[in-house]
Amino acid sequence: MSVFLDILASVGMWEAVLRIATPLILGTLGVLLCERVGVLNLGIEGIMTFGAMIGWLTVYSGGDLWTGMLVAALGGAMFGFLHALLTVPLGLSQHVTGLGITLFASSFSYYVFRLAVPTASSPPTVEPFRPLEIPLLADIPFLGPVLFNQTAPTYLALVMVALLAWVLYRTPLGLAIRMAGENPHAVDAQGIDPIWLRIGTIMAGSALMGMGGAFLTLAAFNSFFPTMIQGRGWICVALVVFASWRPARALLGALLFAFFDAYQLRLQTVVEGVPYQLFLMLPYVLSIVALILMARRARVPQALMQPYRRGER
Amino acid sequence: MRFERRDHPSRLLTVLAPIGAILAALVVAGLLIAIAGANPIRAYGLILKGAFGSRLGLSETLTRATPLILTGLAAAVAFRARLWNIGGEGQLYLGALAVPALGMLPIMASLPAPISIVLCLAVGAIAGMILLLIPLGLRLRFGVDEVVTTLLLNFVAVLFVSLMIEGAMKDPLAFGWPQSVPVPDSAILPKLMERTRLHAGLLIALAMSIAVWWLQARTVFGMRARAAGLNPRAAAFAGVPLGRTLIAVACLSGGLAGLAGAIEVMGVKGYVTTDLSPSYGYSGIVIAMLANLNPIGVIGAALFSAVMFVGADSMSRALSIPSYIADVTVALSLLTMLVAIFLAQYRIRR
Repeated sequence: MSVFLDILASVGMWEAVLRIATPLILGTLGVLLCERVGVLNLGIEGIMTFGAMIGWLTVYSGGDLWTGMLVAALGGAMFGFLHALLTVPLGLSQHVTGLGITLFASSFSYYVFRLAVPTASSPPTVEPFRPLEIPLLADIPFLGPVLFNQTAPTYLALVMVALLAWVLYRTPLGLAIRMAGENPHAVDAQGIDPIWLRIGTIMAGSALMGMGGAFLTLAAFNSFFPTMIQGRGWICVALVVFASWRPARALLGALLFAFFDAYQLRLQTVVEGVPYQLFLMLPYVLSIVALILMARRARVPQALMQPYRRGER
Repeated sequence: MRFERRDHPSRLLTVLAPIGAILAALVVAGLLIAIAGANPIRAYGLILKGAFGSRLGLSETLTRATPLILTGLAAAVAFRARLWNIGGEGQLYLGALAVPALGMLPIMASLPAPISIVLCLAVGAIAGMILLLIPLGLRLRFGVDEVVTTLLLNFVAVLFVSLMIEGAMKDPLAFGWPQSVPVPDSAILPKLMERTRLHAGLLIALAMSIAVWWLQARTVFGMRARAAGLNPRAAAFAGVPLGRTLIAVACLSGGLAGLAGAIEVMGVKGYVTTDLSPSYGYSGIVIAMLANLNPIGVIGAALFSAVMFVGADSMSRALSIPSYIADVTVALSLLTMLVAIFLAQYRIRR
């Protein structure tokens, strides 16, 4: 029994929770933003793949790490724009368009990656973000190394949670965004064009997804390889339902999720006789369980998946 | 600029839509080839030559199209009833795994081939069905959106396959490679062409297209499934049993995807590994959309994808263009097809 507790008492375990949570936080906030404005964005899996690839490629070809993050955000926004163009003014099926964006963005990423790195048996690496020790605070026993010895993008992700919550609930822009997801006609009556509002918000959300992907190649690992996103995007879509479309709960969901993931990774090494695949299934099964628990209770934005056309009801 | 729905979308436009979509996708992919420093015309020529230019190439294209027709049908029947089955990949893997699992029963060795083949196909289809009935059950019972659950179950299914082929179903003669015990000899599908991989699964896939067309166009089930997709509330008022119809659709859709896996393992591979499918399940979604959800159209759309995949492999050996260009083109054609269908249904007014 003590093995299970030993893991919980280790600093490394809790440090890993925040690290594993970071791409999930960024991705979940991205999905949340898109859905709050009324559009499902299943492009996330591909957008994260593209962010991971283009962020890595930028640094690999000589850019610095923050330029890599920025390029990943811009790349995400670009695919977000494509998704928005098809789903908002044209009003095409958000399910199918999103899947199309995912298939296109991921195969495009692999294509560009293979062009840049034609023949490498092991993927080339870059020098990733180093943990940024916050003076004084990092010296607090246990909490210090867990909370204040993370990489810079992790701090950024936490700031984004607060920033997004503030924008959504405390600014006119946030009010308009939430209204567009509940009743776009009301937004239009206020003199704000819901079409452009939706396009812009989807681009911002997709930029967050791109950064979430880039975190994987620039901080969590140091190289890119195909299929590295491993369904993290889909997990983010599930986490948004679990979070009932609220940023603070999205953070909680991502942390909870990362906790189980970090725990199972460590259990794999100490528990014998249980096939490792069962541990690896855990994140996906947990996401489904989270969906079951919240499906009826969650407050879905009323206009989610309803295209807006002026003069049509 | 605004969009106005056409009262009567012309038949011609509906037929031209997929052709225009594929051309548009080829133009964009051609730009990507040109940026990479090769001549797109030459690349497409090599793709066609690779896919059709030889007896081997042609047989490979048809072999590749076989599972794609079935996963395309799986997506098409589900989407028509607005059941968002994105889990074709996982259902395919479980269908494939069911065949060697059944083969482990001692009695299978003594069965005559036709009985053994039919049994294996049925078990594969049932395995696929079961995997889709779980998310459908969650939707009907708890209101959980099936898009995300079917997507997540794909990962669970592949991990389950990995678990089985490294554990209970591991082939002891495979020198430690993780692969399943082989399919029983009696269940190997006969070849259609000597010295190629083309097998009788193609005929099963074609027969399934016709069967699905008949089901959708000529039976009460088909009418109900369509009604449930077009307007569930109106359908319920008209007396369509929504739950039961969706369960039947899920059995058909999951069954077809499971069948794709069973056929692939009985016709081509002979055993299961975790790289059995180069995302046939996801390609099925594109194929269904390119076919505008028409079961006969699925055959053509699957052929297009197969030509791209097989041709791109040989093209990338000749020019230094990554074969991922095939995936890019197929994915792009999904997006251009969505726009093409839209343009066939709406006119643009200034």
